[in-house]
This record gives sequence, C-alpha cells and structure tokens, in this order.
Amino acid sequence: MKYVSLDALDLALAALLILVNAGVSLAFRLGLERTLLIVSLRMVAQLALIGLVLKWIFAQTSPVWTLALAAVMIAMAGYEVMSRQERRIAGFGSWGLGTSTLLFIGLIGTAFAIGAVIRPEPLLAPRYVLPILGMVLGNAMTGVSLALDTLTQTAHRERASIEARLALGAPRFEALSEVTRRALKTGMMPIINAMAASGIVSLPGMMTGQILAGVDPVDATKYQILIMFLLAGTTALGVVLAVMGGVLLITDERHRLRLDRLAPGRAAGR
Amino acid sequence: MLRIDSLRIGSLPPISLELADGSCLAVEGPSGSGKSRLLRALADLDPAEGYVFLDGAERREMPAPVWRKLVRYAAAEPAWWTDTASPVFSAEPPARARAEKILSDLGLDAAVLDAPLAQLSTGERQRLALVRALADQPRVLLLDEPTGALDPVSAALAEELIRYQVLAGRSVVLVSHDAAQVARLADVRLQLARPEPRLPPATAPGTTASAAGSSAARNGGDK
Repeated sequence: MKYVSLDALDLALAALLILVNAGVSLAFRLGLERTLLIVSLRMVAQLALIGLVLKWIFAQTSPVWTLALAAVMIAMAGYEVMSRQERRIAGFGSWGLGTSTLLFIGLIGTAFAIGAVIRPEPLLAPRYVLPILGMVLGNAMTGVSLALDTLTQTAHRERASIEARLALGAPRFEALSEVTRRALKTGMMPIINAMAASGIVSLPGMMTGQILAGVDPVDATKYQILIMFLLAGTTALGVVLAVMGGVLLITDERHRLRLDRLAPGRAAGR
Repeated sequence: MLRIDSLRIGSLPPISLELADGSCLAVEGPSGSGKSRLLRALADLDPAEGYVFLDGAERREMPAPVWRKLVRYAAAEPAWWTDTASPVFSAEPPARARAEKILSDLGLDAAVLDAPLAQLSTGERQRLALVRALADQPRVLLLDEPTGALDPVSAALAEELIRYQVLAGRSVVLVSHDAAQVARLADVRLQLARPEPRLPPATAPGTTASAAGSSAARNGGDK
C-alpha cells in the first residue's frame, strides 16, 4: 500500500483554512473568534494525542490496553449523549442510560463485526476493534441522543394528553406510545439518511480513507457496506434500548408521568 | 365506599374522610389551594403519602391502571392524542354504545365522535371528555370543573348527567367554581384554604369530615 505522508508544513497550510471561519465571524460579528481558536487547538491536540495512543496500543501485544481505550471511548460517548439533552433526566439516570446503552451495543456490534464477519488474526487486533467500535459508538451516540431528546421534549409538551391516557387506565408504555414512536423515528433518521445518500451525495469517510491509503476501491466499498449495515443495526438497537429505558425513567412503577425527574430546560437554567 | 386516610397533598394538613357510594363530595377553596392536586392524588397520578381505599382495597394493592379504571380523574382542560374522539371508544363495542347514549344525554349528536377534534368547540370537547370519563363505567368520578366551559343549557344537561351517576350509586368528587351547582349536587363539602388551611367546623378536620361523609352518604342512598 502506498500513500503520501503529510508533514508539518502541509498541515500548517491546511490550518490556513480556519482563517475563512475567522473571516466570516469577523464580517458578521458572530464573536466566534475565541471559540474557533480554542476548538482548533483542541481538535489538533486531541487528534495528535489519539494518534500517539493508537500507535502505542498497536505496538502492544496485550489486549488489555485495547479494552481500556474502548472503555474510555464508551464513557465519553455516554457523556456526550447526556450533554446533548435539552431537558435531560436528572441525576445519574441520564449518563447511566446513555453509557449502558452504548456499552451494550458497542460490545454486540463490535463482537459481531470482528468475530463473525471480518475474523482478523488475532481476534482482538486493535487495528480492527478500535475503529469499528468508534464508528458504532459515533453513530449510535447521534441516534440515541436525538431519540432521548425527542422523548423528553415531547413528553414535556404532550404532558396533558399522556396523563389523560393514564387517567383512563392506560399503562405507561401505552400512554407514551405516540411519544415513543416519534422518538424512535427521530433517532433512526440520521443513519437512514446516511444509507440513502452514501455513494451518491457523499463518499463515506471510512471508504475515502481506505482509498487514500491505497486500498482497491471495490474492497473499500465492501468494507463500507459491512459498516453501513453494522451502523444501521446497532443504532436501531441502541435507540430502542435507550427510549425504553428513558420511558421507565420518566415514569414510575405506579404508571405516573414523572416529569419532575427531568432537569429544567437549558434556557431556564441559564 | 371511598375512604381517604391521612392523605397528604403538598403542605396541606392530612385529609381523612369517607365518601359512601351514591354521594357527591364538593371540594372547595381558592385557586391554588390544592383542589386539582387532591383529585390527581386520589387517581394516583401524583405521588402522595397516605391511604385511599375503595371498598376496603388500598390503591397500592392493585396496579395503578386498574385503580384508575375504577377511580376516574377528568381534568379541567381535557387533552386528546387522536384526531377524532372515536378511537378512544373503539376498543370495546359496549363502550361505544354507552358513549353514544351519554352523548345524546348531553345534547350532542353521535357524529361528533368522528369529527376532527380540532374543529369542535371547547364546550363540545369538554362534553366529549365527560363521555370519555364515563363510558367504561368507573366506580368513582373525580371531576375537575366539568361544566366550566359550557353554556347554561349544556351545563344543566351535564349536571343532570352527574346527578344521574350519583343516583346510580357512583361516588363523585367535584371541583366547581359554580356555587349554585355545588349547592344542587353536593352531599358533603371539603374546604381547602390557603395559605394557612382553616377548615370550617361542619366539614372538617379529619374525623368530623368522616362523620359528615357517612351521614351524607346515607342521605344520598335514600334519594
């Protein structure tokens, strides 16, 4: 495999493009210059760090470090899910729900892709495990956070009609069935859109990366198809688990709607 | 018989009373005194300390959905989750038949069941909500301002319907700002006050209300 390695000067040249963002911010007085500087530095530092970490892990023979990094990735994804909620479930519930959902589907999805489909040698080769886990987590994270956000927002807005159904004797899952459906649909929409657009509107990032690294495009496409199905399946599973868990958290065992368990909306909190 | 034992609503003093079958309890008090919260707690829609018994069975002894089919709360501002009212009654045919009967008692045509709810008037929707609350024949009715959005003629029909439910042996807990209506319907009264709850001697506190409740219930049974 042949590819062109980039040096520091190449990256400095690329960094000039951030000046476009800075120019837009200045021209329209968006006040984003400071933020742009910080996120640019953060991005470079984070990527440089993960590059070094991955290089070091790839050099290790023990899978312990692979699993350790996987655990960190899952915890961070759980935190992302929580922080993207407009009205999140208060206390430990929000982080716990997101993290346990992502842990479960991250394990299942990666185990399936590695164990049943790719079957690398050795099985826990970090070169396969970590990128696949990362893609599963990234997509499921988007779906799960959208679905939970829709669930809590809609439950808040539809409180009167949910309680009307409860008052008529509907169990909690029945009373929240419309809300649940809307949340599930919203959570699955991004991956469905991605599947529809891939290859026509967008060349998926992983496939692009493989092609740039010199992999045969047809081989790269095969990997992308595997990944797309993997992402669709794990996202759907993650969204269902998170929404069902979310319904349990915003109701109680007496089938009451417990919106008091939601942290106040962000606008109110500021 | 509905028996309330030391039920705590927010910071109000615990409420204890008995309401026999076929009698109507009016809950009175200024806005914010906890009338709706009391009804919601009785339907187990809000967590509340204390006990509520229906025919000797405490609410926690049965699943909450079963309790709410027996002890039915109808909110002051009814909400809907479908485009028309009919899906609510389509689960079992007898409910639909009863709904049509109650509709005609309230002066409404059965066609409103299939009309888009968004196009109905507030009063029509409120009457439909009353129909919805009664159609599966609960034992106890917790009615929050059931005639608040109705014109005098419709309100009189609705009041007649409520009186009929009481005569048929149901217990009714009524919140109404219409003093004349309360005077016509109520067998017992419970006064909630704010901020320092003071209960008039006739209807409260605790044991007095219980006694008043049982005697009124006997009167109710004789009617």
